[in-house]
Amino acid sequence: MNVNQHTPMASPYGQPQPGYSQPGYVPLDGGYPGPYAPYNGPASPYQPGAPPQGISGPARGPPTTGPLPVSAPHQYNQYSHSQGDMQNGPPPMTQAQPRPPVSQPYNPGAMNMSGPHPTYPQHYGPPPTMQQVSNQMSGMQITSGPPTPAGPGYAPPHSSQPPVSTAYSAPPPPSYTQAPPPVSSAPTQPPPPSGPAASQQYYGSPPPPSQQPFNSSLPPTSQQQFTSSSVPPPPSQQTLPPSSYSGPAPPPGQAPAPPVSQPQQSFPPSQPPPTSQPAFTPGPPPTAPGSFTPQAPPPSSQSGSFPPPGPPPTSAPSCQYPGPLPPQQQPPPSQPFPYHSGPPPPRAQMPPTSMAQSNHLPPGPQGPPGPPGPLQQPPSQPGMQTGYPPQQNGAFGQVRGPQPGYAGPYPGQPNYGAPAPAPAPAPPAQKRLDPDAIPSPQASDMPAVQKSRHRIDPDAIPSPIQVIEDDKAKSTEPFTTGVRGQAPPLVTTNFQVKDQGNASPRFVRCTAYNMPCTADMAKQSQVPLAAVVKPLAMLPPDETPPYLVDHGEGGPIRCNRCKAYMCPYMQFIEGGRRFQCGFCSCVTEVPPHYFQHLDHTGKRVDCYDRPELSLGSYEFLATVDYCKNNKLPQPPAFIFLIDVSYNAVKSGMVNIVCQELKTLLDYLPRENPEMDSAVRVGFVTYNKVLHFYNVKSSLAQPQMLVVSDVSDMFVPLLDGFLVNVNESRLVIESLLDQIPEMFADTRETETVFGPVIQAGLEALKAADCAGKLFVFHTSLPIAEAPGKLKNREDKKLIGTDKEKSLFQPQVGFYNTLAKECVAQGCCVDLFLFPNQYVDVATLGVVPVSTGGSVYKYTYFQAQLDQERFLNDLRRDVQKLVGFDAVMRVRTSTGIRATDFFGSFFMSNTTDVELAGLDCDKAITVEFKHDDKLSEETGALMQCAVLYTSCSGQRRLRIHNMAVNCCSQLADLYRNCETDTIINFFSKYAFRGVLNNPTKAVRDTLVNQCAQILACYRKNCASPSSAGQLILPECMKLLPVYLNCVLKSDVLLPGADVSLDDRAYLRQLISCMDVTETHVFFYPRLLPLMKLESGSLPVAVRDSEERLSKGGVYLLETGLHLFLWVGASVQQELLLNIFGTPSFGQIDSSMTSLPVLDNPFSQRLREIIDSFRAQRSRYMKLMVVKQEDRAELIFRHFLVEDKSASGGASYVDFLCHMHKEIRQLLS
Amino acid sequence: MATFPEYIAQNEERDGVRFSWNVWPSSRLEATRMVVPVAALFTPLRERTDLPPIQYEPVLCSRATCRAVLNPLCQVDYRAKLWACNFCYQRNQFPPSYAGISEVNQPAELLPQFSTIEYVVQRGPQMPLVFLYVVDTCMEDEDLQALKESLQMSLSLLPPTALVGLITFGRMVQVHELGCEGISKSYVFRGTKDLNAKQLQEMLGLTKPAAAQGRGPQAAPQPLSNRFLQPVQKIDMNLTDLLGELQRDPWPVTQGKRPLRSLGVAMSIAVGLLECTFPNTGARIMTFIGGPATQGPGMVVGDELKTPIRSWHDIEKDNAKFMKKATKHYESLAIRASTNGHIIDIYACALDQTGLLEMKCCSNHTGGYMVMADSFNTSLFKQTFQRVFTKDVQGSFKMAFAATLEVKTSREIKVSGAIGPCVSLSAKGPCVSENEIGTGGTCQWKICGLDPATTLALYFEVVNQHNAPIPQGGRGAIQFVTQYQHSSGQRRIRVTTTARNWADAQTQIQSIAASFDQEAAAILMARLAVYRAETEEGPDVLRWLDRQLIRLFMFHLRRSPFLQVFNNSPDESSYYRHQFNRQDLTQALIMIQPVLYAYSFNGPPEPVLLDSSSILPDRILLMDTFFQILIYHGETVAQWRKAGYQDMAEYENFRHLLQAPVDDAQELLHTRFPMPRYIDTEHGGSQARFLLSKVNPSQTHNNMYAWGQESGAPILTDDVSLQVFMDHLKKLAVSSAA
Repeated sequence: MNVNQHTPMASPYGQPQPGYSQPGYVPLDGGYPGPYAPYNGPASPYQPGAPPQGISGPARGPPTTGPLPVSAPHQYNQYSHSQGDMQNGPPPMTQAQPRPPVSQPYNPGAMNMSGPHPTYPQHYGPPPTMQQVSNQMSGMQITSGPPTPAGPGYAPPHSSQPPVSTAYSAPPPPSYTQAPPPVSSAPTQPPPPSGPAASQQYYGSPPPPSQQPFNSSLPPTSQQQFTSSSVPPPPSQQTLPPSSYSGPAPPPGQAPAPPVSQPQQSFPPSQPPPTSQPAFTPGPPPTAPGSFTPQAPPPSSQSGSFPPPGPPPTSAPSCQYPGPLPPQQQPPPSQPFPYHSGPPPPRAQMPPTSMAQSNHLPPGPQGPPGPPGPLQQPPSQPGMQTGYPPQQNGAFGQVRGPQPGYAGPYPGQPNYGAPAPAPAPAPPAQKRLDPDAIPSPQASDMPAVQKSRHRIDPDAIPSPIQVIEDDKAKSTEPFTTGVRGQAPPLVTTNFQVKDQGNASPRFVRCTAYNMPCTADMAKQSQVPLAAVVKPLAMLPPDETPPYLVDHGEGGPIRCNRCKAYMCPYMQFIEGGRRFQCGFCSCVTEVPPHYFQHLDHTGKRVDCYDRPELSLGSYEFLATVDYCKNNKLPQPPAFIFLIDVSYNAVKSGMVNIVCQELKTLLDYLPRENPEMDSAVRVGFVTYNKVLHFYNVKSSLAQPQMLVVSDVSDMFVPLLDGFLVNVNESRLVIESLLDQIPEMFADTRETETVFGPVIQAGLEALKAADCAGKLFVFHTSLPIAEAPGKLKNREDKKLIGTDKEKSLFQPQVGFYNTLAKECVAQGCCVDLFLFPNQYVDVATLGVVPVSTGGSVYKYTYFQAQLDQERFLNDLRRDVQKLVGFDAVMRVRTSTGIRATDFFGSFFMSNTTDVELAGLDCDKAITVEFKHDDKLSEETGALMQCAVLYTSCSGQRRLRIHNMAVNCCSQLADLYRNCETDTIINFFSKYAFRGVLNNPTKAVRDTLVNQCAQILACYRKNCASPSSAGQLILPECMKLLPVYLNCVLKSDVLLPGADVSLDDRAYLRQLISCMDVTETHVFFYPRLLPLMKLESGSLPVAVRDSEERLSKGGVYLLETGLHLFLWVGASVQQELLLNIFGTPSFGQIDSSMTSLPVLDNPFSQRLREIIDSFRAQRSRYMKLMVVKQEDRAELIFRHFLVEDKSASGGASYVDFLCHMHKEIRQLLS
Repeated sequence: MATFPEYIAQNEERDGVRFSWNVWPSSRLEATRMVVPVAALFTPLRERTDLPPIQYEPVLCSRATCRAVLNPLCQVDYRAKLWACNFCYQRNQFPPSYAGISEVNQPAELLPQFSTIEYVVQRGPQMPLVFLYVVDTCMEDEDLQALKESLQMSLSLLPPTALVGLITFGRMVQVHELGCEGISKSYVFRGTKDLNAKQLQEMLGLTKPAAAQGRGPQAAPQPLSNRFLQPVQKIDMNLTDLLGELQRDPWPVTQGKRPLRSLGVAMSIAVGLLECTFPNTGARIMTFIGGPATQGPGMVVGDELKTPIRSWHDIEKDNAKFMKKATKHYESLAIRASTNGHIIDIYACALDQTGLLEMKCCSNHTGGYMVMADSFNTSLFKQTFQRVFTKDVQGSFKMAFAATLEVKTSREIKVSGAIGPCVSLSAKGPCVSENEIGTGGTCQWKICGLDPATTLALYFEVVNQHNAPIPQGGRGAIQFVTQYQHSSGQRRIRVTTTARNWADAQTQIQSIAASFDQEAAAILMARLAVYRAETEEGPDVLRWLDRQLIRLFMFHLRRSPFLQVFNNSPDESSYYRHQFNRQDLTQALIMIQPVLYAYSFNGPPEPVLLDSSSILPDRILLMDTFFQILIYHGETVAQWRKAGYQDMAEYENFRHLLQAPVDDAQELLHTRFPMPRYIDTEHGGSQARFLLSKVNPSQTHNNMYAWGQESGAPILTDDVSLQVFMDHLKKLAVSSAA
């Protein structure tokens, strides 16, 4: 059965279809997997299938889905595929050429069927060419059949097949092979109806139609099968794999197989037929980039070629291929490698599949071998790698196979040598580490060759993943904030918070929860004392937002001297008539209306009734005394300023913004969901001049008011500019409809920028309110106007002392403007759509100083980037935001807030002024001693933010935080939070580059880090040999994280990083909270080989070594989202994720995964969605295929590896750090 | 030969010319002694229904410095086909097209009855008429509504090809783009910042490269229109809607403040817009203002209501702090507009002053209209405005555009200057006198806008030396060549050639004296006086005037608002002077000495003396001061009317009596431009003051008993009466004669 079940093959097709997805596409793919796996016989069926797919796919695909021609085709392919199979049999031979015609006929059919989709032709055009070509190219030899898919081919199926591939003829009793297809089609048909919702996007209605025609065209026999097949689907759905099998059951042979091995496995069996290989090989070539082709053609030769590549672990291409190829090339059974090793040659393919399943167990790439595989494999692997055998555990060999290709620096072997299997081996490694000491290089294990360079086992050094996982395991209870000095769980851990008197870590995180009592200690340890405050952070639904407290007309009760607000740290004395301030110890009378008796413990009786006496975070209602000009504020306004110059229009931005605003305006922030938002809106467009719009509700049509005098900006109208959305809805919609039209044929390329912000500012001034400007801008403002800029991008300056000037604004104009904006409470959010240098460093000045955000969509293309932009925009418009805010941090005597980092403006040394403060903005506050602290009282801080809510209410949000104080350094090191320290360091460094050479900044960081660690070593660690690196438990990740900071684009730019990108990142990070900086600097890399609902797979370390080329990985940085697909990934995975069986057919330009009705796809999409929901910015999904050019970008985020721009690998850096520490110690 | 009055009338009828002297003294010395200079009131476009347009171009004297037009006074040698220029005596060949000329076959320009002749120039493109509305939006809704309606109405009066544009202003200035679909578009400018033409051009996107922007393709092929000025036929509906949607300036005006009105910048932008789009093309900027400019260049008063707008008193005390600057601003606008041949009309409707004093030059220099009324919601404004668009029998507007007037004189006489709605073109020539009177130093003037009534006063100087013989031919000739753009878009040239005899003052003083045209002289002197009053300090002018020959008219002139500022605001003075300076002789006479008709049962209506003695209880008086038409019911008549006798059948005659002056008044109202203020009052009525202030105060509270009770009404004034004036004058005449 396993071996040659053509029938099974067929059946799988059928089965999967019903089972996985209604659309039935999947099943088709399922069939393919076999073929896909280059290794086995299945190839034959596969090939035919593939080509047809390509051909027919494009034709049909285009029609259905405009945006994603690529994806569409695939799915179609499936359909066609099934057909193709059918047809292939028949026409294949004759019709290699006919394809084009074939495709056409399809279209018509599809067209008619799909009626609704008029767009077909358009899409059709472009994609077909691509795919067809490739398909043809690839498939020509093999798959003349596919073209045939056209109806005509049906009859002759058998005849055609033989020519295509011998394997085919032999294995498939024609009836079988055909049967499956029909089956598949049958199932597929059902799906269309049900599936439409999900699948429609891609398939749209077309699929069903297409199938029908097929059916009709199908031979009568097939139809019968259909009926039978159709029955199975239901069962299959329930239990995917098994059921599917059962479904296919019809083919008797299959039944047995399934039980033995999971469906995927079953597939492989079919493939095994060696005979098929020839056909097969061609298959892979097509998928593989050009480089592959050579290998593919001569399967026989490959064997020969293979060996050579094999030896050098470094050569990636060869390795990878070899992987797949070997199986095909039966020649050396031993070589087959780990994959094959386990199972018989035929299974060579299997392994990958099995790996997918098994992967879950082993986190790392190593996983692939999977439990079953690995066991068997070990032996075989050694053989495979020939050169490296000794060190490596066979099990992991495979993994490394790919690695060698990646990075020369790390020969795969050394790594392997280590306990490769991430899961299992890891634990032991940790044990070693726990003692805080990293065993110095484990040279001993390494093979001589490799030892030369690396002496440290990457798995032996502290693993972020391990730390994260440990913390997760540890934090099962809700975190209560009442205990002073207790460090909260890591940001990567999900936990619930109970506010018991200190602010939730979601609002405030500290670098140290045990502050040194004296300045000397602090200086000695060099541990930064800082807090990252995110005043308006959103809380999860199960935590209550801060209560609103109203102290009446007198305003909040405050300490007379230091003006700290009433909080749990206030000590009531004299029977409650007075209270002593916890910050300055001053005694203040309690106002009569606030008086309350004390209980026997000295607490107020109403302590727990009053949030301000019992909680860490709460809000006060501010009185008129807290308002500008002693006047209660007006509700804020949002002004949308849209660039309508040539570039903006051409990129589609204008159109998208206008369309989106029509709906978005209904979601303006409001406090009471029942009420309409009080926020008023206004619209401006601009190029070289500004166009204001009067959208007063009484107008039949909006009026455009052009202001060309940009040198002296003013607002041309008062009434009708800022309006209530509901009242002026019709006029606004009319306006938004007309804006794209009006400027559709503009030829104006110059833009202004300064006057645009001025205009918004003036409008807010005129309306006497605070507000937010949303500026959608495309290009460097070179038009004659205030704030005009010139292109100053000069890469030659990088690395010189003048580099810092590139981060500084080009002109002083924007600083002045920013100041004015802050004074008015005018927050600016900037959306950039540059095609070239726009000088983010300068344009970003105002947003950054006003608490706004900069969003950048370089080379914006409506189709690809629309989703990201719109999601960002939606979120940005809807998110909770406060205006005209002032933040003040008060501390208990002994320490003082001395420095602040973030997006804000400061006109003095204590008040942080934010024109706008949204729920994503964090401010990092650094503290310094100005006196001694006592262990008894600890250190208190109170962060008060005065702001205007989106409904126009003036409020104060108070966050209180108390930490312990210590006189022993060890206590300090025991209660640190590395993530927060990194947050501080990054902000500190990124601000430093404004004034210092980048290199100096990096050196400073390294030094400080070394000092911190050296201090620990010297004062806290138990004596040990100097050669040992000893890290404090809380900071054992400091080196790896710090290395990530040092390697960031800002501090160590690669050649391909533009100045704008660096400036953008620099500004962006300045207002990130700890969660964001953490994932930004150390991206989350999830293996996706096996997904379970309810929990995420355990992440793997950001290193190429951890990637298995048989796997699929999701990497998330908070800004980017990559889906990395290994070159030899299992077909089943591909089918589940992409709906295509072939690696080569994955469209790497897709920005969202196809909606497939299988649990894997669903779960994966769920995961992606949940990731996106966690981040303040929408992450565009990039599909990166191994060996693809885009992999360079992806690799940039594998931060444990050496970076292309010269950044050290984790291991190297750790060595370096060790050296520094030793120097300090000696 | 006819009598002089007939001769004068005939000349006026035919040529639109009236000279102060119809026989000229032959030497400079004698001419100077005559006090009243040789001068003429010339109405370039006097309506001549019998004047056929000549479809060819005039024949010019070939002498470069002369270029006089062939006229009936030229000597023609039909055989040699030569003609001698009667100004420079150059002999000229007739052009080939005149080959068939002979004594019996003369071209029109040689016929004596065609001393005034009009040529139509066929060359050049037909220029469209351009009307640019500049509309104030700082006014009460009622007023604005009325104004909007008037403007909408006016669209229907414009020829379909005429280009219109719209600029509105309040705190900001908006230049409206016309003909846009959907969204109405306008360019907004700050009201506090003046822009030069180039800046404006850039900001409006009217520069060449920017033409490509937006609706580029349309702009390029149609140089005659642009986004802001479009043919009426095309954007009629659009503009009507636009006007309909016009809202009162939305910027809040706090109590105690005037609205911020950016009139100065609005006008500047209007001028600039036309300057860069239609230079040297007839265009009319029609400015409608509801109050004074209160910000930016050209502001005449601050926005604080507590500081009133300047009065004559302030001006004398040098207390009008904005006046000089504003005047300068508007003067520069006037110069720019007139240079390009554009007219600026000002329609000021407000109860308070609006700054006409400062803006007067805009109208005065460009031949534009100045209309002053209390509100846009009055028939005075509405009808006056409507009358701007009156048409002649041919159906073309009675207005003409971008005219230049050139004066050519015989050698013995030179032109000293002109007074009227014109600006100098600074064309030097042999016939320019060194002695300037009015706008002098040139023989060419630009009159951007003129209508059939527009009359210029031209002053000449006899330069013949005392001992020189009377010039040959015995006649001095003057040729007026007026080139203008007809409202049909054609370019036309009207040539008027006139001649007067020379006389030796020593020997023929009688005939010279007999040729004196008292009315013309009065107006000419009055214009001169007004001109000097405008340009010099008040008292000096009166003194100068007093020293000049004075006649009856002068008494009234002295009391008239043209010279007397008492009781008149600076704006009113400017307005009156403006009208006086452009109206023809008849109207000007009325302005100086109002006409008073009496209606009674005693006989048909009769003109009566403009004297307090004419005010009798049983009379109805109809006074026409040009600016006002006033019907005054005597005490008795008023009582009758109150008693309702006119409604009783048996007193139908009384009803007729009441009706008669009303009918006459209507007639006057219908013909006059601008429409006068119509006042119907009675004895003791508050509005009767208009009458009482005009009549000669022969009876005052000082002397009312000297003349007897029965006749007339006493006037409460300290002004001297005509009698006293005359007495004094006689005394002066005797004493100063020596």
